[in-house]
Formats: sequence, C-alpha cells, structure tokens
Amino acid sequence: MTQTLGAAHPTPPTVGQIEKLSFKQRRYTKAKQSQRLAAAWMVTPAVALLLVFVIIPIVLTFALAFTNAKLISPTGPQFVGIDNFSRLFGDPVFWKSLRNTLIFTIFVVPLQAGLALVLALLINVRIRGVNFFRTVYFLPVVTSMVVISLLWKFMYQPNGLINGFLAVFGIDGPDWLGNPNTALVAVLIMSIWQAVGFHMVIWLSGLQTIPQDMYEAGAIDGASNWQRFRYLTWPALRQTRTFILITITIQAFALFTQIQVMTQGGPLDSTSTIVYQAVRTGFSLQQTGYASALSLVFFVLVLVVSLAQRYLTRDKDVKK
Amino acid sequence: MALSLAACGKGGSSNTAATTDANGTTTLKMWTHNAGNDKELAAITQVVNDYNGSQSKYKVEIQAFPQDSYNTSVTAAAASKSLPCILDVDGPNVPNWAWAGYLAPLDGMDDQISKFLPSVVGKYNDKNYAVGYYDVALVMEARKSALEASGIRIPTIDSSWTKDEFAAALAAIKATGKWENTLDMQTGNTGEWWPYAYSPFLQSFGGDLINRDDYKSADGVLNGAAAVEWANWFRSLTSDGYMPLKSGADPGQDFLNGKTAILYNGSWGAEAAKASSIADDILFLPSVDLGNGPKIGGGSWQWAVGSGCSAPEGALDYMKFAMQDKYVASVSEASGTIPATDGGAALVKGYETGGEYDIFRQYSKKFAEVRPVTPGYPFIATTFTKTAQDILNGADPQATLDQAVKDIDANQQSNNNFQ
Repeated sequence: MTQTLGAAHPTPPTVGQIEKLSFKQRRYTKAKQSQRLAAAWMVTPAVALLLVFVIIPIVLTFALAFTNAKLISPTGPQFVGIDNFSRLFGDPVFWKSLRNTLIFTIFVVPLQAGLALVLALLINVRIRGVNFFRTVYFLPVVTSMVVISLLWKFMYQPNGLINGFLAVFGIDGPDWLGNPNTALVAVLIMSIWQAVGFHMVIWLSGLQTIPQDMYEAGAIDGASNWQRFRYLTWPALRQTRTFILITITIQAFALFTQIQVMTQGGPLDSTSTIVYQAVRTGFSLQQTGYASALSLVFFVLVLVVSLAQRYLTRDKDVKK
Repeated sequence: MALSLAACGKGGSSNTAATTDANGTTTLKMWTHNAGNDKELAAITQVVNDYNGSQSKYKVEIQAFPQDSYNTSVTAAAASKSLPCILDVDGPNVPNWAWAGYLAPLDGMDDQISKFLPSVVGKYNDKNYAVGYYDVALVMEARKSALEASGIRIPTIDSSWTKDEFAAALAAIKATGKWENTLDMQTGNTGEWWPYAYSPFLQSFGGDLINRDDYKSADGVLNGAAAVEWANWFRSLTSDGYMPLKSGADPGQDFLNGKTAILYNGSWGAEAAKASSIADDILFLPSVDLGNGPKIGGGSWQWAVGSGCSAPEGALDYMKFAMQDKYVASVSEASGTIPATDGGAALVKGYETGGEYDIFRQYSKKFAEVRPVTPGYPFIATTFTKTAQDILNGADPQATLDQAVKDIDANQQSNNNFQ
C-alpha cells in the first residue's frame, strides 16, 4: 500500500518545504504586485501632465492645422486641407522668421556652449571666493527673462548704458533694437548672457565627475595644459556635451520672450521668430488654424534637428 | 493653445452667470477690466452698490480683472460657455464679440443711448450692443512759449494747422535747437495705441483702414494715393528728425521736463499737465488737418450684456440704472476722461460748458471717427500696427500697404466677410 501510494504519487514535500515554497511564491507575487502598484502611482502624475499639456495639444495642433479655426468665431472650424500650409509657404514673414530662428540657433549654440565651458573651467578650481563667482554667473539664470529683457531694453536704448560705455572708447553706438541690422545681434548677446550660467553649471557637474587620478596619470606622462584638456577633459565630457548641445538647440529654437518684450518682431521683421509669429497669429490675429500650421512646422523642424543630433552623436558611439 | 485657454476658463468660473437664491434675489455676475485702476473700480463699485440698494430683485456681483488678461479671460469664458451677465468691452472689439455671439443687443435702451456721444456706442448690424460712460480725445499738447518764440500761429478748433503749417511749425521749432524732440508721437507705445492714434492721420489724408461701404476690402483706401501720402508723411516725421523713431520710456514726462515741444497725447494726460510746474505754458491744440479735416480716434471701454445670461431682463435693468447722468459723471471724473452725455458733463468740474476741459469734449464731438465697425477689426488693428511700424522703419510704403491690403482682404474673405 505504502509502496503503491508512493509510486502513484511522488514523494510529498515536507511541511517545511511547502511553507518555504509558498512563502517565497507569496512574497514574490506580492512584491511584484505592490511594485507595479507603486510604479503606477509614481508614473500617473507625469503621464497625466504630459497628456494634458503635451500630447493632447500636439494632437490638437495636428488637427487644427488643417482647419480654418478662429480664436473668436460663431461658427466651428472647417476642414480646409493644406490651405494653411500653402499660405504659409507663400508668406514672406514666415521665411524671415525661419531665417531669423536658424541664424539665432546657429550662433547661440556654439557661443553659449563654448562660453559656458570656459566659465566652468575657470570656476572649477579650489580657491577662496570661487563660490562668489559661481553665484554671480548663475544669477541671471534665476532672474525672470521678462525682467532681464526689460532691463536690457533700457541698456540698448540709443542713449543707454551700452552706447554710453562705447562712447568712452569713441565709438558711436547704433540704436541697437531700432536698427534691422543690429536688433537680432542685440537679442543674441543678451540671450547668451542670460542662459550661459545654466550651462556652466551643467559643464561643471560634468567636469567634477572626471576622476582626479586621470589628471595625475597625465601629469606623470608630462601632459601640457592644452593636452590635458584636449585628451583628458574633452573626451570625458562627451555625454555632458551631447546634453548641452540638444538643450541649447531646443531653447534657441523656442526664442520668444525676449522678442515679445524687446522688439515685437521688428524692425522690419528682423527679429521675428517662428514661435513669436505663431503666438502673434494665434492671439492677435485670432487665426488659430494658421497658427497651428506654423506650430506644426516648428514641431517638425525641432524633431528633425533633434533626431539629426542624436544620430550624429550615436554614430560616434559605434566608432568607439 | 485653444485647449489651455478653455481649460483655464472652466477652472476659473464654475458659477453660472445668474443664480437665484431662496429669497428670490437673482445674482448677476459682472466683469470689468479695471482691476488695476482703483479710482475707476471704486466708481463702478459705487454704481453697483447703489443699484443693489435700490431694489431687491437682482444683486450684481463685481469681478475685476487686470486689463492685460481681460480679453483672454472673456474669450476663454465664452469657449466654456460661462460668460457673465454684464461685462465691459473695449469699443473697437464690440462688433467682433457681437458677431461671435458673446453679446446680446441692448433692447429697449435706444432713447437713453441716443443721449450719449456717438463714439461711445458700440453698434453691430444696426443694433446697439454696448455703451460707455466716457470717451477720450487725442490732442497736440504744445508748449506755448515754443510756438510764440518761432511766431507760429496758435490753432483753434475751427481752424487747426494745415499740413503745410504743421511742417513749417516743426521746421521752425527744430531750427531753434532748444528741444531734444520737436515732436513726440509716443511711438514706443504698443498694442491698440497704433491704430487708435495713427489711423486718424490716415483718415485725414483721405485713406482708411478698410472700405466702410461694405467692409469687404481695404483695396484703394489702405493702399491708394492718399494712404501712400500718409505713409510718406509719417515716415518723414522721423527721417527729417522731428520725431524719435522710438519714443523714450515716458514721453509724458519728457514733455513735462522740457525735452519735447509738441506731444501727441490723449486727454488723459491733461490732469498731469495741469498739475505740473509748466501748466500755464501748455496748450491743448486740435490735431492736424491733413486734407480732410482733423480726425481723432473715438470710443473707449463700454458696457454690454452677455448673451448667455439667464436673466437678461435683470442685466438690462442694471444697464438702464447704471447709465444715468450722475454715474456718467462719477465714472468719467474718477477716470479723468470725457463724460459721454451732456447731462453728465455738466456735473463734472472742468467739463461744464466753458470749463477748462470742455475743449476735449468739443474735439470728440467734432473730430472723432470710430474705428471700423467690423468683426474683422482685431485683425485689421494688428495688421495696421505692423504696417505702420514697418513704414516708420523705412519699408517701401506702396509694397507694405499692398501687403496689408492683401492680408486684410484675405481675412475678411476667409470669414465670408462676416456676413
């Protein structure tokens, strides 16, 4: 009997074994469940916010770009096909805005990133009072862009601070914001000054992750200051570099506040940007559909540039 | 963009425009733009308190917004169908909002409204949609001593400067070399100031923002010979060195500090001028006659009834009560503006016949031209602003005006001419 039973059924597990197994299993599933729950809880606010403030507006932009929607109108939007886009590509202001946006980006990205790196290298030293300089450089970043734009607007006036300073050297400064040739340059200089502190901090964090023994090894090999930077610091900053490149590019594309406060796109559209034009079209001119088409073009532009940058930086990865 | 606006509107005003409580008192919501203007808000509050005390059927409840965000708030509220029963609206926006269905006509108030200056009545499709307590007038504030020193004739309401006289006056004042700015037209201002202040010059030349026969096209009026003449004249004020391309931060102060000989300003500047140390040397002259008589902008903030109001008879009842002469007087006095009725003017010191400010009222009556009465006005205003700025900055007048006409016509057409 015992043998048959034993043959028919495999040896039953001991009480201890059962307890151990079920406990393990129980703990495993429970842990997994609560982990999932916690994950859901953690991700919900982010997903909700993204949905409301990013995904839905983007979907709406896509839809509205093909309609004649108006900000104020008794009739609802009607589908008009690619009408908005054909108007857009025939609009001289759009091409000027696009050109200004690109010029701004092309100059801001290397200048701001470069200057920020120089500042970061300067303050990445252990001397007394370095925190003072870190704070000073960072101060513009925590000040509102509107406030800074207003202040610089006064400084850029024909008889303002900047021309007063230039006059000391016998230079007769232009009407910075009133001259189509200098307005964008003026906005550019101010924008770099305002944001450079932020990227300086990012560079600094990158610099401080570089282990000190690398430099010690370099010193033993007799590396000069330039070689130290070129062959040790620069390669070690690769990831920081990618991050800074992409963030500055996107920020530069989205140029708006300075324009709104300082020039309203003028004189003669010399400082009009795509985002400024979209806001002006959508709110002042009440053409929601047309503004959506502009936003859509802007979205595609940023997407393409970001993808290109990602592709370029990944390519280097593979080579290594 | 539209979504976030709508979302704000919903979040901000969950109450309906009119609610009735257990005692049978209906509460009417009322919105105003003057949260930043204590004096005017106090005067409006007084009107509301008087009304609430005068009867028990309705209770008006004020909500004040800052001017900068007022229009956006109304648009958002309309999108979420939560407009108030009573609201104020900037004059040139009345046709736009009436067309969009935000406003209800002011039925049964025609007799009362006929007593107001025509420029403060907001009309659309021959119906009255809004009426305001006050108007403002544009004037040339000039230094008497500067004119006398150069032997320039002091113009009067019946005989203002002609184009040539004005040009000669500017040249003579500039020649003295005593003034930093011969003329200051406050070109540093933004927004509605541009169409409000500078389109009257265009009209005085014989042009206009849009053809007012049918409001279908701006062709011929905004890009015709008169308009080009206006553009060249406007540009010459800067290029000849009479007027700064972009005015300083505070042109009014520059004038009172003796930097400017002639300041193009609204009548709202009169109080500061009269209180200044050079009060006796300041003249409030009529605008320039550039061919078709002097013109100035007309229409300021006005009051209207929201279309979604569930107790429209209550809102109209309030409007009839609020538009009495004594309130016209108290509100315009508080805001330093021109009372819009004769009865109201008689009650405000300075605006009575022969009073020191009476001239502003006469300018308004004689010269005021309302901005085009079409729902397309906000588009026209924005386009004109950019056009005028470009012209001042040296863009080719004909090409710039042609582009503006093209844009305006396209917008009117895309809206089926707002029929």
